[in-house]
Amino acid sequence: MSVENKHGIQDPLWVQWTLITITIGFVAIFLALPVAIIFAEALKDGLKTYAIALKDPAAWSAIHLTLLVTAISVPVNTVFGLAASWAIAKFEFKGKSLLLTLIDIPFAVSPVISGFIYVLLFGLQGWFGQTLSDWGFKVIFAVPGIVLVTIFVTFPFVARELIPLMQEQGNDEEQAAISLGAKGWQTFFYVTLPNIRWGLLYGVILCNARAMGEFGAVSVVSGSIRGKTATLPLHVEVLYNGFNVPAAFAMASLLALVGLLTLALKTYLEWKVKQQRRELALVNE
Amino acid sequence: MGIEVQHIYKSFNNYNALQDVSLKVNDGELIALLGPSGSGKTTLLRIIAGLEVPDLCEESKILFHGKDVAKQRVAERQVGFVFQHYALFKHMSVFENIAFGLKVRPRATRPSKAEIQHRVNELLRLIQLDGFGNRLPSQLSGGQRQRVALARALAIAPKVLLLDEPFGALDAKVRQGLRAWLRRLHEELHMTTILVTHDQEEALEVADKIVVMNQAKIEQVGAPEEVFHRPANEFVMDFLGHVNVFHGRVENGRARLTDIGSKLTWNREAFGNAVYVRPHELEIDRVAGDDGIRGTVRRINLAGTCAKVVVASSSGNEVVAEISFERFHELGLQRGETVFVSAKRARVFTPDYEI
Repeated sequence: MSVENKHGIQDPLWVQWTLITITIGFVAIFLALPVAIIFAEALKDGLKTYAIALKDPAAWSAIHLTLLVTAISVPVNTVFGLAASWAIAKFEFKGKSLLLTLIDIPFAVSPVISGFIYVLLFGLQGWFGQTLSDWGFKVIFAVPGIVLVTIFVTFPFVARELIPLMQEQGNDEEQAAISLGAKGWQTFFYVTLPNIRWGLLYGVILCNARAMGEFGAVSVVSGSIRGKTATLPLHVEVLYNGFNVPAAFAMASLLALVGLLTLALKTYLEWKVKQQRRELALVNE
Repeated sequence: MGIEVQHIYKSFNNYNALQDVSLKVNDGELIALLGPSGSGKTTLLRIIAGLEVPDLCEESKILFHGKDVAKQRVAERQVGFVFQHYALFKHMSVFENIAFGLKVRPRATRPSKAEIQHRVNELLRLIQLDGFGNRLPSQLSGGQRQRVALARALAIAPKVLLLDEPFGALDAKVRQGLRAWLRRLHEELHMTTILVTHDQEEALEVADKIVVMNQAKIEQVGAPEEVFHRPANEFVMDFLGHVNVFHGRVENGRARLTDIGSKLTWNREAFGNAVYVRPHELEIDRVAGDDGIRGTVRRINLAGTCAKVVVASSSGNEVVAEISFERFHELGLQRGETVFVSAKRARVFTPDYEI
């Protein structure tokens, strides 16, 4: 009886195995293999390659710039993401769905195109370029431009993660806090933030990974000036084009390592968020 | 502290939630706002709390102890608000939940740690949850959670207690117990309390005074026995318990019930075209009297405090009568038998437009 039931709702065994084999094969060839090759190539001559690659002052400058850009864009988008998800989840206003769609623009538009938009706006021939240049500001082919496009590209990560979470939680607890005499900031730090902390951290980590790894948009606005406006991904490209393959792989492996760590953290946080939702469901029962 | 609201209007988009509502609550009273969902009762409670702002209107007033608080925010009004779904802080323990209102006070008025500890323990005892201070809300039952929510609201020593369907999400059995407990608590604290509920039984059992609401308006205000026995209109009559409606005309003090071609005594001059009779006001007989409706016994339900007998008239209309077990056994009623139903008491409501 139970066997028949199982057959009734499940696909035949050969379909299951074919799908599983295709998926695993695809992931192995297109996703896992390249990552493995990066580390294999980088470590071919042992850690020596790293030592040589890191002797180059341009490498340090790239690392430095990447950290700087990340350190600016991630907090900016965290604050924005919190504000946007708060507004969308807790208030009713006109144009809410339009705002939701607008937040997704960076996901929909190719990063290269976003880079060009900023060149069009702030480049010397652009709308504001001449004025800014007269005031002594240089945006394109300089650090401000890189920061701007990175913020643009990583814009949706925190907000996208928090909006559904906050909508699910509603604002009962905030109302309770206010009725008990809590000020706005107390309500935020004691009630709202603890309820969204895992989701927020998850969004920040995704945002961080993308901010460090962004290539397309940054390459358009940075000009890849070695030691000046080259971020880590751009530095890898410069090394590779200069036939310095071992160093390129060493630097790429650093980026890949950051990516893998992010994945591990992400998996852990996903589990945490799920656990928290389960608790929420229990409380709301 | 007495509360008074005057001429309150509130609309959401094009939907009228409250229309010219005025209400007075005396100091120390426990009143119930009773009505079906969408009648505006929760909106009125939230406006009193300051969680909702009424529509702008010159005559609108919200008075606490005679003082207009319309411009004050929730915190300034010093109300204890209990939400339907508890709204406990999920990540805080029971102790921290109750202590919250004291901990967020400005330093000047904040009690010391020891005082907070003392106060919370006192409240834990009051809600009969001593020793539960370290639990998380998720580790409590629904009834326990709602008691914690109540203790949390009481911790700030509010002047008014506002309860928004506090037992709505609980099982019937737990609800019963909490109702009695709330009544005892009120007798102990004598705090002005407003309770929102859609459960007429709850309102009748707990409140000193009942405010029946329907479609953004107050239908009747009165003591439980008053609204139950002397309902102001059809809606109140119908909402507070089961009622049999006989359609017909009233002529010379006699109701002509057109649908069943029978008659029912009504010894008062009245208008209208419907007669309302509660099940316990109907009598069943085996022989036809002067009045009464002839019908067939269709169902008998003996599970309860009295015998419920459903009688169907020849036209198929069903009438529910509640008679005592003694009377039931005396009659020895069986399904399918022919009986005569008459009313000891009946009501006719005069529609507003005829006044």
